[in-house]
Amino acid sequence: MAVEMRLPVARKPLSETLGRESKKHLVVPGDTITTDTGFMRGHGTYMGEEKLIASVAGSVERVNKLICVKALKTRYNGEVGDIVVGRITERRRSAEDELAMRGFLQEGDLISAEVQAVFSDGAISLHTRSLKYGKLGQGVLVQVSPSLVKRQKTHFHDLPCGASVILGNNGFIWVYPTPEHKEDDAGGFIANLEPVSLGDREVISRLRNCIVSLATQRMMLYDTSILYCYEASLQHQIKDILKPEIMEEIVMETRQRLLEQEG
Amino acid sequence: MAGLELLSDQGYRVDGRRAGELRKIQARMGVFAQADGSAYIEQGNTKALAVVYGPHEIRGSRARALPDRALVNCQYSSATFSTGERKRRPHGDRKSCEMGLQLRQTFEAAILTQLHPRSQIDIYVQVLQADGGTYAACVNAATLAVLDAGIPMRDFVCACSAGFVDGTALADLSHVEEAAGGPQLALALLPASGQIALLEMDARLHEDHLEQVLEAAARAARDAHTVLDRVVRQHVQEASVLLGD
Repeated sequence: MAVEMRLPVARKPLSETLGRESKKHLVVPGDTITTDTGFMRGHGTYMGEEKLIASVAGSVERVNKLICVKALKTRYNGEVGDIVVGRITERRRSAEDELAMRGFLQEGDLISAEVQAVFSDGAISLHTRSLKYGKLGQGVLVQVSPSLVKRQKTHFHDLPCGASVILGNNGFIWVYPTPEHKEDDAGGFIANLEPVSLGDREVISRLRNCIVSLATQRMMLYDTSILYCYEASLQHQIKDILKPEIMEEIVMETRQRLLEQEG
Repeated sequence: MAGLELLSDQGYRVDGRRAGELRKIQARMGVFAQADGSAYIEQGNTKALAVVYGPHEIRGSRARALPDRALVNCQYSSATFSTGERKRRPHGDRKSCEMGLQLRQTFEAAILTQLHPRSQIDIYVQVLQADGGTYAACVNAATLAVLDAGIPMRDFVCACSAGFVDGTALADLSHVEEAAGGPQLALALLPASGQIALLEMDARLHEDHLEQVLEAAARAARDAHTVLDRVVRQHVQEASVLLGD
């Protein structure tokens, strides 16, 4: 069995290698953001004695009259219309529920759904009222911080490299083989259990490692960044992608390409 | 202990510090990737580690859920190798339970629990090396861990211990100074507003001296705040550069 060992090395602050300073207004809890009372307060702030004070450590975002502080890492806060991926842990035990749902979705199933409503105490209700949602069959789940998933128009992407990905807003990312034909009669409740070919499995493993590298280096996850990272990783073996120096190299290249594309 | 003077005639303490001087504080946030928030702090020779999970669903009995705010659950544990003599019970003994309760009181005052009703926030603190001021180190570490987890707080919570020897108030006591048996006080402060989250003392101190000792502890807590503030800002700066504009 091959074993790889490495000695501990002091971590270099990554911002040095990037060589630039952040231009954002950074605050910590207790900092006064503004004393102007004309602003509405958003997440991450609270009102105390005529001034707006930050309650989390992060960057201040201002949209017209709304000020909020975006923390680096937060637990997921549901918004209506978000896509989430999750595992069913508990079911309501009512009679009509038994008759209707047990046949389709069981406890322990992994599903994709959309947020229907958010209650005042933070609880959210989900629905799978479209054929694109429902039970997820074979694939790989990657868990990252919810703040790294970029808000986009669609979260279901079929990547040109041969696999598809669902970017859940709650930080759960599902990578699966692109279905050959769209099954529009069964909808999302029949899991496809046919064996997945080796080529597809390699693509999925590589994608999963790329997503883990991007998350470790704290880059935003969206279809373009994942695709560029995949292409940058092709020259390495799949298992080497998780080594720190190769991870840095790949993500640096991805960052470069994204900057070039924007500029 | 004959011959051990806690405060020399020139005003120096056993470890060479002045009366109101803090020990060197070094801290790091985000030491564990798996936990929601984590931090490590060294205050002189006292080393503490704090880990935060939450907010999440109430574990155990649903009946304990509070309808309008979050439950804060703190557990204090000190490693068996943390003191001079090997400790028998790392947690579950009376002192650990009491510390856990004090930490809970402190953080319930600072965390904005109304924003997360029906949830639970777990704070676990472990002391790896105890050289005096363990409550203060735990509070400071837990503050950084809660910030790392992105849980909204009113302000930082900075804590420091203080004692009274020969008419002078000493700030940030080390183990030697604590063991000498004089009065000692632990103070947890919210620096921006100056509000006290927790004040604890179980010794006898004349009320005339209380003001002085409290003042020394408050000043030391604010000094600790300066250091912690710098650590957090650096951490946020680095992370925001990575996330890009």
